[in-house]
Amino acid sequence: MNETLIAVENLDKIFGARYALRGVSLRVHPGEIVALVGPNGAGKTTLLRILATLSRPSAGALSIGRIPLPQHAASARAAIGFVGHQTFLYDNLTARENLEFFATMYHLPDVAARVRDAAQRVGIENRLNDLARTLSRGLQQRVTLARMLLHSPAVLLLDEPYTGLDQPSANRLDEIFRVAQREGRAVLFSTHDLERGLAVCDRALILQNGRIAHDLPRGDWKTLAGFMEIYARVLN
Amino acid sequence: MTFFSHIIAIIRKDLLAELRTIEISSAVIFFALIVLVIFNFAFELQVGSQEIQTLGPGVLWVAFAFSSMIGLGRSISAEKDKGSLEGLLLTPVDRGAIYLGKVASNFIFTSIMEAITLVAFVILFNPTSLSLAVIPYIILGTLGLSAIGVLLAAVAAGTLIREVMLPVLLFPVSIPLFSAGVNLTRNAFESRPFSDDAGSFGLLVAFDVIFLVVAFLLFEYVVEE
Repeated sequence: MNETLIAVENLDKIFGARYALRGVSLRVHPGEIVALVGPNGAGKTTLLRILATLSRPSAGALSIGRIPLPQHAASARAAIGFVGHQTFLYDNLTARENLEFFATMYHLPDVAARVRDAAQRVGIENRLNDLARTLSRGLQQRVTLARMLLHSPAVLLLDEPYTGLDQPSANRLDEIFRVAQREGRAVLFSTHDLERGLAVCDRALILQNGRIAHDLPRGDWKTLAGFMEIYARVLN
Repeated sequence: MTFFSHIIAIIRKDLLAELRTIEISSAVIFFALIVLVIFNFAFELQVGSQEIQTLGPGVLWVAFAFSSMIGLGRSISAEKDKGSLEGLLLTPVDRGAIYLGKVASNFIFTSIMEAITLVAFVILFNPTSLSLAVIPYIILGTLGLSAIGVLLAAVAAGTLIREVMLPVLLFPVSIPLFSAGVNLTRNAFESRPFSDDAGSFGLLVAFDVIFLVVAFLLFEYVVEE
């Protein structure tokens, strides 16, 4: 598998005098689901934000598909779907209006059909006419996931995507990951919900103090307990 | 065409969101009316008096300036608070289109607020010779204020003291705009020929053009990390 959808080489990110990321290198291939795990402050969010073009790297080379970042960030954005800590929704617009707005921003054809399709995939088709601010956190998160799927991006980047989701919604997110895998997209997500995250991923990267401390293919652990043993050893 | 469709989508989104609650509009209009009433008491302006011809343009522009400040600040900080500006930055939209969309929606809001303020001014002070010639001057002033205001509101929104920072940044830069706006409005109040203040008109147009171009080019660097 030579082709990569996410390629990062020796990435550094410095805030003031502090390294948030130091020498991070990773590759994610089409059809691969990779979980980023690690303690708070390990650099997971920073890494995902840089890949999503929301933040600039201090040093290193990275690319989305064959598009180098940050030089050609504008071109890469059409290939990236990102879910962050915030919902990015407009409170005073309905879920439908929010999705239609973002579909227009991605310059998608047949906006109504795209919105309907994305809403169905996350199960919010019957709440599309509700104002975003009247939706629960979990439903807002589902609208956010629908926004991420609108433009069928090749790369899905998700920062703590299970936050606020109930069990059926989390199952639905797992299904979105599996569909993305079948369709040859690359998924990179961070999570503290190790049980769920590890169940769906092909590979887990343990990030600690801004470095990738361990890159564990699925075969390297058999059970959650087995992973936790490795995780604890790495962190200590 | 994509560029313009993005601008229109941003204007539509801002108008729709504001019309749902009229939170910012009502605060801005209320603030402008308060300013007019306070000046009415402060200067003891008599309805239809000569003082109105002299002081009225300044009173009007102070009301415009302070109230538009609230609108400008909220229009960008509301996007930052909910992270929706980042949602917008994630899309492949030209940052210039985002800037022009925000300028246009602010221009529309501010113009509506100013129209209401102008009507209130006429009712409160009954100036004897207010001509319609004042309208293009107000439009040009509003455009300039929106052009530089959106950029500086984006700068201020990135600081911890954004409510304080916006007026600190905006007022000094806008002195030529207010100066020209007041002069031209006084000209219109006193029904003097346009040639008397052609220089102020030129200054206002130059301010609009320069800051529209400069802010259009700089907006990307301000909103992106």
